Formats: sequence, structure tokens, C-alpha cells
Amino acid sequence: MPIYVQNRELVTPGTLLAENEDLRLETPTVFKHGNKVYSSTIGLVDLSDKRINVIPLEGKYIPKVGDLVIGLIEDYGLTYWIVDIKAPYKAILNVGEVLNRPFNPLKENIKNIYDIGDYVLAKVIAFDRTKDPALTTKQKGLGKITKGRIVEIIPSRVPRVIGKKASMITMLKTETKCQITVGLNGRIWIIGPSPEYEEIAILAIKKIENEAHTSGLTDRIRAFIRKELEKRELKVVEGEGKA
Amino acid sequence: MKEKPKLIDENGRRIDGRRPDELRPLRMEVGVLKNADGSAYVEYGNTKVIVAVYGPREIHPKHLTLPDRAIIRCRYHMTSFSTTERKSPAPTRREIELSKVIREALEGVIFTELYPRTSIDIFIEVLQADGGTRTAGITAASLALADAGIPMKDLVAGVAVGKIDGVLVLDINEVEDEFGEADLPVAMMPSFKEITLLQMNGVLSEDEFWEALKLAEKGVMEIYKAQKEALLNKYSRVKVEVEE
Repeated sequence: MPIYVQNRELVTPGTLLAENEDLRLETPTVFKHGNKVYSSTIGLVDLSDKRINVIPLEGKYIPKVGDLVIGLIEDYGLTYWIVDIKAPYKAILNVGEVLNRPFNPLKENIKNIYDIGDYVLAKVIAFDRTKDPALTTKQKGLGKITKGRIVEIIPSRVPRVIGKKASMITMLKTETKCQITVGLNGRIWIIGPSPEYEEIAILAIKKIENEAHTSGLTDRIRAFIRKELEKRELKVVEGEGKA
Repeated sequence: MKEKPKLIDENGRRIDGRRPDELRPLRMEVGVLKNADGSAYVEYGNTKVIVAVYGPREIHPKHLTLPDRAIIRCRYHMTSFSTTERKSPAPTRREIELSKVIREALEGVIFTELYPRTSIDIFIEVLQADGGTRTAGITAASLALADAGIPMKDLVAGVAVGKIDGVLVLDINEVEDEFGEADLPVAMMPSFKEITLLQMNGVLSEDEFWEALKLAEKGVMEIYKAQKEALLNKYSRVKVEVEE
């Protein structure tokens, strides 16, 4: 009944993970063949009680109902927009999911609400194998993004930017004094007190993306941000700040 | 036509100095193209291949869509400068056929049912041809697929076995292919020992065939080791840099 890998070990597709074990497999990154469990992707092993998983390091964003995403308006019809959410499928945003009032396409132009090239913060409200994802921007805080900056990272590394119990993201916010909103599709929205702070936040996020598979990341990123702040002669947040 | 050279010398060494069961020097690198979702570069001696993978992504033209799984499209192409005499860049009969067999060799490992209504596009470009381009192409393509994060059952590694001057040899090059008696390209899923591509050109007895297949398996396992190393290398480089 052995498990052949260690927690947080880097594995490749086809790597034998365990044999004759009664383990739960929850994601497509692990699969069963006979009574053996294999990895199907390049990623880090995540072992816990009766459960085995491989956290992928690469891959496209696959929408899930309830996900917060940042979309880019790509096209529009009479009463809907086509939104790019960095997934293999284009998302649909209906006017009914944007306005709280009736919309008459004869009197109003949909372009005046969201135009091509606009970024929107949205939520996925429907998606399955047979139909394209549908979005909404009706809830509080959702809608057009009018200020700040957007960075793109590989979607599978988003969990690292958030961290365990949101430790990484809390640290990022306090250290860089930026408001940061993470879209699960790998787009991150940053609003800072000044462009310098935003720049540091972007550099830090890019560093997290690049080093997603390493350990001790939060501390390293904090040190990195402080160094960058000093370089630019900006004020460093006081205290050791254990997040 | 060129004169047939002596393919095996009196010491049992081949034309490039290899032993019969020896691979050419391997070189593999992953993530070499920034624009692609996944990419890989592979060298089997003087055979050099680069592969780009895009996807899963939307299908164009739309009518090719399958409702229950992703389609896989594969293009094997030899650059016009890959051979000694310029090759016309238009796809030849041979390239079209190889695109098909390579696609079939890879289709079996990809979990296409996870991404319905999408396509996964594989572009194999042969930069320099010195025998074994299809097997090098498969090896590189499976690396690029893994690099793109596409869930797959296993990597696929390919190698050709040939018979030259009556001897079975591993990983034949252009000259050995041209003047040899047989050529047997094989691609396998190394962890499962399943064959995904098997072609043969020339004549082998049944015993020789089984012998050749065993030799191919040995080559595949060696290539698989190099593949894993190449994949892990992309990440361990960063890891070593920051953790020390």
C-alpha cells in the first residue's frame, strides 16, 4: 500500500504516485489506472489525509460557477457582449445581467455601457460542458474597471498569489499599500496610491508567478517588496508584520 | 546514386562511432517559445526539431467542433533548409501522412474529453533532418503538450530501430536509413509500455522484429528519462536560484 511521492514533490505526466491506496481523487490532474494512481500533468503533489492531488503549474483557466474573473470586452451584439476571460471558451454577458432596468436596443446603444477594450470585473453564473460561460456584473463591486492596472499571470498560479488562508495577498496589500483584486482567470487588478507602488506590486506578482513552485515564498516576497520600496525611497510599512 | 558506405566497421562500431544499441546524443529543452502555450526543442544528434502547442482553444473553422471532446490538429513540417537539397515548403504527401500518424500517436494519451468543443493544435517544425524526424517530433510534441499543462496519461517517446549490414541498431540516422535493410519507428507510453506508433519499412524476420521492438523499448526508456529531466529542469532552475 505504498505512496511513492512526497508532499510538494514536482511530478510529470505519467508519474506513478501511489498503489493500492484508498485515496480520493478530485481533479483531472490525477487519474487511476487499475489500482495505481498517476499524475496527468506537471505540478506539485498535494498529499493530505486520504486525498491525493497534483497542483498544476501550467494550463488554461477553466471557468467554474461562482468564480470572480476579470474579462476583456471583445465584441458586442444588440443585447449582449462577448467577453474574453482567458479560457478556451468565450463568455457571454447579457444586458439583463448588467442593468437593473429594461434595455431597449432601439433607443440605447450597448456600446455606451461597456465598449470593446473595456475590462470588467464579473462573476461566472453558468457554465457546463455544453454551453459557453455566462457572466454577471450585477452584484456589488462588479462592473467596469476604470482605474488602476491589470497584470496577467498563468491562471494555475493564482492560488499562490492568494496563499494559504489568503496570507500572501494580505501581505501584498499591506506592504504595497495597493488595493488588489485577483480574478481567478489570471488577471489581477491593482490600484495603488501612486504609480511606483503599483509597479512594485506588479513586480512582486510576477515574481510570485515565476517562483510559484518554491517554498518560503511569502517571506521572500516581503523582503523583495521592502527592498524595492527602499530603492525608490518610499515608506516601508513598520513592523515585522507576520500575516 | 551514392556508393553504399560500410555501415558497421570491424570493431562493430557504426558510421558515427556508436555501438549498435547506443542513442545519438540527446538534448531537450522545454518552454522555448514565449507565444505558444507549450513548446519544446529536441535534438537527436543532428536531427533538430522544434514544437509549439496551442490550446485548448476555440476552434476555427467552427464546423470542426466536437460536442464531447477536444479535437487535435497536428502539422509536421520540414523547413526548406532542413535537408541538403532545398525542400519545397509546401506540404508533401509524406508530411501529410506523418502529420496524421503523429496525431494518432499522441491522441491516445491526451484526456480530450476534459475540454469539449475546443482544439489542441500541435506544430512540429523540423529544423535539420538526419533520420528519425518523426520520432523526434513525437518526443518533442509530448513535451510541449506537458508544458502547455494539458492533462495526459503519459509522455510519449519515440525512437527508430534499423537493420544495417545485418545488425539491429538503435536510433538510425539518415545514411543508415538510406542504405540499411529495414527501418522500424516506434513510439511508446513509457510508464504503461503501450505502443502508440509502429511503422516498418524494409524486411525483418519475425525474430528480428521482436528483437528490434525490445531494443526500441530500451531506447524509449532512455529518452523518457531525458524528457522528465527536461520538464523538471524548467522549474528546478528557478528553485535552485531562489532557495539558495
